[in-house]
Amino acid sequence: MQATLLTIALAPLVGAIIAGFFRNQVGRRGAHIVTIAGVAVSCLLSMHVFKLIAFDGLPTYNENVYTWFEAGGYSAHVGFLVDRLTAMMMVVVTFVSLMVHVYTIGYMAEDPGYQRFFSYIALFTFSMLMLVMSNNFLQLFFGWEAVGLVSYLLIGFWFKKPSAIFANLKAFLVNRVGDFGFLLGIAAVLMYFGTLDYATVFANRLAIDGKTIELVAGHAWAVPTVICILLFIGAMGKSAQVPLHVWLPDSMEGPTPISALIHAATMVTAGIFMVARMSPLFEMSETALATVAVIGATTAFFTGLIGLVQNDIKRVVAYSTLSQLGYMTVALGVSAYSAAVFHLMTHAFFKALLFLGAGSVIMAMHHEQDMRYMGGLRKYLPVTYWTAVIGTLALVGTPLFSGFYSKDAIIVAAQSAAHHGGAAFAYAYYAVLFGVFVTALYSFRLLYLTFHGKERFVVDAQHGDAHHDDHGDDHGHHEPGHLAHAPHESPLVVTIPLVLLAIPSVAIAWFFVQPMLIGDFFAGSIFVDIRHAPLAHFAKEFHGVVAFALHGLSTLPFWLAFAGFALATYLYLFNPAMPGRIYAALRPLARVLENKYGFDDLYQALFARGSVLLGRGLWRGGDVAVIDGAIVNGSAAVVERAASIMRWMQSGYLYHYAFAMILGLIALLGAFVWIE
Amino acid sequence: MITLGHYLVLGAILFCVSVAGIFINRKNVIILLMALELMLLAVNMNFVAFSAFLGDAAGQIFVFFILTVAAAESAIGLAILVLLFRNRATINVEELDTMKG
Amino acid sequence: MVDNTVAIAISMADVRAMLPELFLLAAAFTILMADLFIAQAQRSVTHWLAIASLLLTGALVWRASGDDSLARSAFGGMYIADQVAAVCKLFILGSTLLAYVYARPHLKPRGLFQGEFYTLTLFAVIGMMLLVSAGNLLSAYLGLEMLALCSYALVALNRDSPLSSEAAMKYFVLGALASGLLLYGMSMVYGATGSLDLGGIRAMSSSNLLHPDLLVFGLVFIVVGIAFKFGAAPFHAWVPDVYQGSPTGVTLFVASAPKVAAFGMAYRLLDNGFGTPALWPNWAAMLSVLAVLSLVIGNVVAIAQTNLKRMLAYSTVSHVGFLLLGIIGGGADGFAASLFYATTYSITVVAAFGLIVLLSRAGFEAEEIDDFRGLNQRSPFHAFLMLVVMASFAGVPLFVGFLAKLQVLKAVIRADALWLAIVGGLCAVVGAFYYLRVIKVMYFDKPVADAPVLGATDAGFRLVLSGNVLALIALGIFGGPLLTWCMRAVAAS
Repeated sequence: MQATLLTIALAPLVGAIIAGFFRNQVGRRGAHIVTIAGVAVSCLLSMHVFKLIAFDGLPTYNENVYTWFEAGGYSAHVGFLVDRLTAMMMVVVTFVSLMVHVYTIGYMAEDPGYQRFFSYIALFTFSMLMLVMSNNFLQLFFGWEAVGLVSYLLIGFWFKKPSAIFANLKAFLVNRVGDFGFLLGIAAVLMYFGTLDYATVFANRLAIDGKTIELVAGHAWAVPTVICILLFIGAMGKSAQVPLHVWLPDSMEGPTPISALIHAATMVTAGIFMVARMSPLFEMSETALATVAVIGATTAFFTGLIGLVQNDIKRVVAYSTLSQLGYMTVALGVSAYSAAVFHLMTHAFFKALLFLGAGSVIMAMHHEQDMRYMGGLRKYLPVTYWTAVIGTLALVGTPLFSGFYSKDAIIVAAQSAAHHGGAAFAYAYYAVLFGVFVTALYSFRLLYLTFHGKERFVVDAQHGDAHHDDHGDDHGHHEPGHLAHAPHESPLVVTIPLVLLAIPSVAIAWFFVQPMLIGDFFAGSIFVDIRHAPLAHFAKEFHGVVAFALHGLSTLPFWLAFAGFALATYLYLFNPAMPGRIYAALRPLARVLENKYGFDDLYQALFARGSVLLGRGLWRGGDVAVIDGAIVNGSAAVVERAASIMRWMQSGYLYHYAFAMILGLIALLGAFVWIE
Repeated sequence: MITLGHYLVLGAILFCVSVAGIFINRKNVIILLMALELMLLAVNMNFVAFSAFLGDAAGQIFVFFILTVAAAESAIGLAILVLLFRNRATINVEELDTMKG
Repeated sequence: MVDNTVAIAISMADVRAMLPELFLLAAAFTILMADLFIAQAQRSVTHWLAIASLLLTGALVWRASGDDSLARSAFGGMYIADQVAAVCKLFILGSTLLAYVYARPHLKPRGLFQGEFYTLTLFAVIGMMLLVSAGNLLSAYLGLEMLALCSYALVALNRDSPLSSEAAMKYFVLGALASGLLLYGMSMVYGATGSLDLGGIRAMSSSNLLHPDLLVFGLVFIVVGIAFKFGAAPFHAWVPDVYQGSPTGVTLFVASAPKVAAFGMAYRLLDNGFGTPALWPNWAAMLSVLAVLSLVIGNVVAIAQTNLKRMLAYSTVSHVGFLLLGIIGGGADGFAASLFYATTYSITVVAAFGLIVLLSRAGFEAEEIDDFRGLNQRSPFHAFLMLVVMASFAGVPLFVGFLAKLQVLKAVIRADALWLAIVGGLCAVVGAFYYLRVIKVMYFDKPVADAPVLGATDAGFRLVLSGNVLALIALGIFGGPLLTWCMRAVAAS
């Protein structure tokens, strides 16, 4: 078993190393062959392990493979914990990754950084596997940082685009905030348990029950609450929950396969996975759970609204991802961890499908991403169109499609939590309920704007082949809506992954909804306190896959989704002039949404600019454009004045240096000799 | 009657004068070197005073070492001063600000 | 009253205990003399002789550390040869060795490849070895001055450079001021305890002192002296100017080994001398203030730098802040964490400057961050090496910097100073930003039109540099043994 697991984790790494370091030796073809082979091996073995664990009743595997260091009574290990939750994640990660690898052959065919790209995505697969297979917090954190690192590298992949670099830095900085909370959470775990091993921590979890800690003098906080909220801050960063969500839409600057793999299907769900894994801890704190539910609900509903006013096809899907992550978080908050993980799985398939579909459209449109210049693509891209329809139907929760089961489970769980719990859960319930309407509206808007209606682009014959896909560079210097030649369906390497992803998008739930949500599939991996029975109501209503789909037709979420569908159909198919009028009428509201509730501006003003000014203030005569000069603008008089004092410290004058030393000495003397 | 306290106060005064000489003087590097010597003398004063008070010779031995090191230190300091003058044609402390920030 | 008979008799056992230093001293004098008779064309002989003497000294230290028949303390307690001293010395010798390898290609085309560089560094190394083995205020002072005087001269090595001489002058004046302060503190401690011996001071300070205030008064000055040697804020002002002003070949040396020596000094004085439960809260609180200042000033000011050497200088200040966290934590765990931090930092920083040397050539220094633009396109492997160094500095997991940061944060949390750990963590976040900028410049920026090719370095240089950088990863993954070694060393001493 150990050999199998090591092979699963290391095969993609080997591929990444070969494609990365020997890129010139192996060439383009060699690079994709080795990485795809690596990921394929790990995918097949993952499926094998999944079968062993889930169906053949193999017990949970929990072993340390290598001891990193031992110091002061604490030892750090590399180890694997493979139970059903892990096995499921492994299959999802490697399968989606494999599809994306294959797809990339077509998508990046003309990119000069071809080998580098394959190396990165294989490296990502390795890191993600280390994250999900970990049996301790330290390795989890390592995987957590590693996936983050690869994500930054890939967001900035087209480094000639200034926007890509900016997005890259933004993702980095925002994630640092989350990581910091996460690290503190891990430190707190170490402090209270003396170990970072999952099994030991969970076994001793009652040791911290009822303990309190005074973070601010006079206010005692329950230790489980503090630990859980700190860990959840990490999840908020990685899984892009409000208010740390701002990096995810910007991450769309990266190549589309990355958006599908990292920023939709796998990495961003790491936070969800982590909280599910930590369910024994989260179950100890009602406060933490309520916080999780509120944050998730806010993300689910409000970021969905932003999706309504976006015109960039990838950004619409990105906001949809945010919203769906919000759904998963709500499920975590109402203790329906298995529903969250189940939605994570179905979402991975249909969201990867939608992203890859969007990529296929973008390729056909010669890297035009604005939906206002699309329309009527249905007849040019039949395969893309039909797979996108399947993805959309799954996303909005059409009965029988996999998304239906997972989303309905979350809504039902939120409903029963709202029934028993306080206002926080009621808020969460209404947010996810009306979120369904919003989801249907933006999803069908995307479908109609892209594939239906009139063609809003012109094919310029005289442009010839001048614009080839030199991604970053020629962006924007051709007129929008003018194509060099007619759009055409993408090659097989692109369409086959679409089809292969469409299958689980429809059908995966048929096989797993029963065991995962009602049965005890996750028993032993996920712990739910007996006070919470989030899915009991769901279980009562569920009488088989088809029966439940029929039952779904008579429920409120279905009709809300239908209303969204109907409204989108009317607005974007039958009366295309109408959206413009609505937009004009609701201008202030639209403005708020277009500004994304002002989060970006606020952060820019508050943190980015603030810290840059501070740095510059300390440095005399600084005119270095920090962060590419993008956010350096203006200098407040206050900072200038502070700077003039601080300049003293490094003025270049010897007597100032000496004076600073003497001041330091006097301050220390004052504090420790004369006052005490 | 001159007590240990008097010696220590004298040492402290010498010390403060030398410290002041280092950061108040803004003209001449040579004065800096003199201030540094003075500081070592202040320390020597302390050591000798304590040594006599404690009846322990170790403090006075320390002073011999300090004197030796001080000589070496001045030698190096003056050598650097010569270099500085050769390169910059000035020993004005206020003009030594090429590197800052 | 204190026993004031001084043991003069020097036994053979004393000499044997001090053999590594004595050997290096003899070697240094030999090289000093031999170099006079070596023609400039054969200067490499000096280079190899110096390297050989470092290696032999290292072997002697290694052998002595395992030889239980040797005295652990010699010359009436003046000299201590414990495990901490052994670890410190091996890393001092090792990083100096690396500095020799990296410095040569930089010094050669600039006419600085001369015997002085080697003799001065060798004497500085002897000073450092004495410093980390000091059992007495006097031997600590002598070791410190030996290091400092050689360093002043080294900074001024490039006699025709106005920057070099300015840096040397600043370093000299501030350094002399700092050692004056340190001495003043020593005199107060002597007056308060009546002893110059660190063990004696420790013993006396736990008894009833006539003037306990005098001891704390002296302690403040001593802490300032230590802080200056480390380059902790607000005693850091010399660091950026010296790093920038000295020839890179010298910065290599000044930036690496003395950090280990400064740790040794802190360990001797603060643990061996003032490590009593009554005094620990005092110096820990002082160092807390300095650590926070260093972390904040180092990290924030580093963001705004364009000169890589200067940026690394401010980054040093911030790393010193981290290093102090472990010392603040105190106890065997805390000092071990700091020892680990100091040793790994010394080999990381030497690699960073080595990479600057790699890119520089005659008439071109490669000091600006912009000189690294698009390095990935010119030489992916070297860009990767720089990436590793920066990632290690930033404390990214898998690299040794992470392990080191983790240890000191753990130590400071154990000492119930959670707030310090939080400040440290926050500063690590800010710090990651400017290291990332270097990576960004290398990987995402276009090289300037007349981008230089790599400087002329030989295969040996590249091999050592690659090995050095890869060791940062290896130690990050397999750092357990080194960490255990540090733990055992501190626990045993």
